Amino acid sequence: MASKFWASSAANALKISCSGTKISAFPALSRCFSSVLDGLKYTKSHEWVKHEGSVATVGITDHAQGHLGEVVFVELPEKGVAVTQGKGFGAVESVKATSDINCPISGEVIDVNTKLTETPGLINSSPYEDGWMIKVKPSSPSDLDSLLDSSSYTKHCEEEDAAH
Amino acid sequence: MNLNNAKKAVLPIMNLVRMQGVPILDQLHLEERLLRCDLKNWCIVNVGTPQPTIVMGISGKPSELINIKSVIHNQVPVIRRFTGGGTVIVDKETIFVTLICNREAVPLLQLYPQPIMSWTGMLYQDVLRDFGKFSLRENDYVFDNLKFGGNAQSITKNKWIHHTSFLWDYDARNMNCLKHPQRTPKYRSDRSHIEFLCRMKDIIPSKSIFIEKTLNSLQKHFVLQSIKLDDISNAPYAPSSRLLTRQELEHELLSTGA
Repeated sequence: MASKFWASSAANALKISCSGTKISAFPALSRCFSSVLDGLKYTKSHEWVKHEGSVATVGITDHAQGHLGEVVFVELPEKGVAVTQGKGFGAVESVKATSDINCPISGEVIDVNTKLTETPGLINSSPYEDGWMIKVKPSSPSDLDSLLDSSSYTKHCEEEDAAH
Repeated sequence: MNLNNAKKAVLPIMNLVRMQGVPILDQLHLEERLLRCDLKNWCIVNVGTPQPTIVMGISGKPSELINIKSVIHNQVPVIRRFTGGGTVIVDKETIFVTLICNREAVPLLQLYPQPIMSWTGMLYQDVLRDFGKFSLRENDYVFDNLKFGGNAQSITKNKWIHHTSFLWDYDARNMNCLKHPQRTPKYRSDRSHIEFLCRMKDIIPSKSIFIEKTLNSLQKHFVLQSIKLDDISNAPYAPSSRLLTRQELEHELLSTGA
């Protein structure tokens, strides 16, 4: 059963960091720049995972937070819960919508970012660092093999945005 | 095959369920089950819920959103639903319209809140163009700057739900159950509930006209297939939408002094 981390909404401005994922030659008219970090793996549903030894840290990407808008509430699982690759493990609320977050890797939740309780906007301002969501002890490290690297994920975002 | 039939042949199917007076909690449970356990597209229309009921979004805090003492005294049910968004009080004069769609249902639609909200705005623009100056304004459906419909969504990996409570009519006394929320759209301009809402019955000739025009507009995008409520399979699913207990409300009142 997910424990609900109620978040009082702080007015966190969206901070978009630029790192060259340029959608258009006309920045003033283009969609937001989204940053994609090397060294992480990504899903097509816009989650990232950082695998360091026996711990995998999970969050949502800059592309996702930019499209979601200001996050005002985050629902995360409790420690000890099993998560499955491709299945939902929590949700974020933004702009009158809850959006599922899907786990990039199977395993056991060993840590949860409790800072998101009071400051859910960390997901907007720092999606790859302070806005991390859960840490997982992977049960099947080969799960990572099916994920996208940074250049494949960048291409995926560009294609997705161009199609809409 | 004529052109109309050819067009229909490529439109996705949407199951249509029409209900009258089904309690809003039952409706929410049905919606959550269809979103999570079913692959098809659905439109649910429910005309009224039997008794005035407060429905909060997933992150709603009673102390911030409702006048708890009055709500307990008047025994008004309070529900926390599975979708995002704000707090409404609904009753037998509320018309509920829900759309549940899979990823491919609306071509080129990104499964994020704003694109979905914009698409529904276009749908209802088509429905309401003859009746007043309709617009989607900061995620509310308004005539001019008066709100008549509250929206909320939930988005999964491959499906989305967008449901609306339309204020055909309402009892102004019921609005006293709701506090002025901390987070409001700019266009509300600090107006009270009564000052910033309007009644659809003052603008549209009848409920049936609104509903039929909505279904006509949907038929430009889907082939509607009527389904009886009793014929929907009851897949086992534990919904998250629930009624808050009196004990929970009293505890919130005591702990916050709200």
